[in-house]
Amino acid sequence: MGLVRRIRERGRVAQPATPRPEPLPAAAGLAGSVQVRHVDAGSCNGCEIEVGQAFGPVYDAERHGVRLVASPRHADVLTVTGPVTVNMAGPLRTTYEAMPRPRMVVAVGDCARDCGMFAGGPGVLGPVGDVVPVDVLVPGCPPEPAAIVAALRGVSGR
Amino acid sequence: MAAYAVAAGQAVLVAALAPWLLGWMRAVRARLEGRAGGRFGQPWRDLRKQLRKEPITPADAGVFFVAAPPVLMATSLLIAGAAPYVSTRGPLSGVADLVVVVGLLLLGTVALALAGLDTGTAFGGMGASREMTIAALVEPTLLLAVFALSTRVGSTDLAAIVAAGAADPARVISPVGALAAAALAVAVLAESGRLPVDNPSTHLELTMVHEAMVLEYAGRDLALVEWAAAMRLSILLGLLATLFLPWGVATSLHPAALAGATALFAVKVFALGGLLAAGEVFLAKVRLFRVPELLAGSFVLGLLAVLTASVLA
Repeated sequence: MGLVRRIRERGRVAQPATPRPEPLPAAAGLAGSVQVRHVDAGSCNGCEIEVGQAFGPVYDAERHGVRLVASPRHADVLTVTGPVTVNMAGPLRTTYEAMPRPRMVVAVGDCARDCGMFAGGPGVLGPVGDVVPVDVLVPGCPPEPAAIVAALRGVSGR
Repeated sequence: MAAYAVAAGQAVLVAALAPWLLGWMRAVRARLEGRAGGRFGQPWRDLRKQLRKEPITPADAGVFFVAAPPVLMATSLLIAGAAPYVSTRGPLSGVADLVVVVGLLLLGTVALALAGLDTGTAFGGMGASREMTIAALVEPTLLLAVFALSTRVGSTDLAAIVAAGAADPARVISPVGALAAAALAVAVLAESGRLPVDNPSTHLELTMVHEAMVLEYAGRDLALVEWAAAMRLSILLGLLATLFLPWGVATSLHPAALAGATALFAVKVFALGGLLAAGEVFLAKVRLFRVPELLAGSFVLGLLAVLTASVLA
């Protein structure tokens, strides 16, 4: 059986965890358990690749108590990427309002902060902060998975 | 009185054990996939946090949506208390027979399916229809597999079946036992929403079954649904363990026997859970339209077990 041999030979691919970051005071109620809902508000998908890596086997955000979920109703944290386009402003607002309190928003990437290279483009409404209140910002174009994991660890406190 | 205390203890044991079992199964899976994975206690942390968050009832939802989490939890607690996991001398021994246990499981399934329909969302209805399709094919197998064991005892009372098995292990290790165990194992996988029938860690709405029905739940309600779902997995694995590995189940109410039975029950359920999680690494989800074939196969195994039992008896 090929798979058994590969499991034995490959072992653990996850990178060793870095020391625990300073937890955010706003996230104290979450107590080491963070469910994340992701919304692409109009990004080029570069940030999505990095977010995907953050939850992959190498960076493995799950060991810090962070998990992706399929519904905003299950989520504590909303990660948003990209400049908010006119068409995605409504769905982004609806998603935020569907989340139970306490809820937080993590804006991922330079575009989410100031629209990046898409600033002033037709159909671009503005940065994420104009539509929903942003609690944590992860800079970078795109940000490294490690930076995304670090920001989420700040929320989960682990 | 002591029997009622044992039943309550069993319910508490299963409720406390279920999130740990989930954490243990995720850890086994993560280890085999090369990930570091979360801690064993992570499901408990998730539940604790969700219990503190506000529940949200969608504008269009009615009484079924509100009622489903308590109903699901109540049926799970009742089965956990009534089934002969630790002791065969339960307070409901005449009542807690196989048909009642399967009926209670189905009641929880139907409550959640109605709640999925009640939200009025596309995914809720889709999940509910799939869940009912699977439930309709699984319940006969659950009944049939245990009927194969009950023919020799002459009773569908689970406690009587387990007591007879504990007294005479040779009964369990037989062609009948093997066929029934295989049939029940497939039924348990389907009923508890594991691979290859449903993927518990999916984020893809189009492949969801259980997740699709609970998409609208939040906070306390979600915690109840998730906790009850975890308990159902423990309940079903526990049934598999006590019916086919009945050694160590207490047949008296002696404290030492009960303590040993409790420890042995936990070991058996965790071993089965680890085996299931390791097996899932090698499996992909079966296409929905092929699930009936898989379940029909398990039904045939159950039927063969019943036939073998009546021929060999």
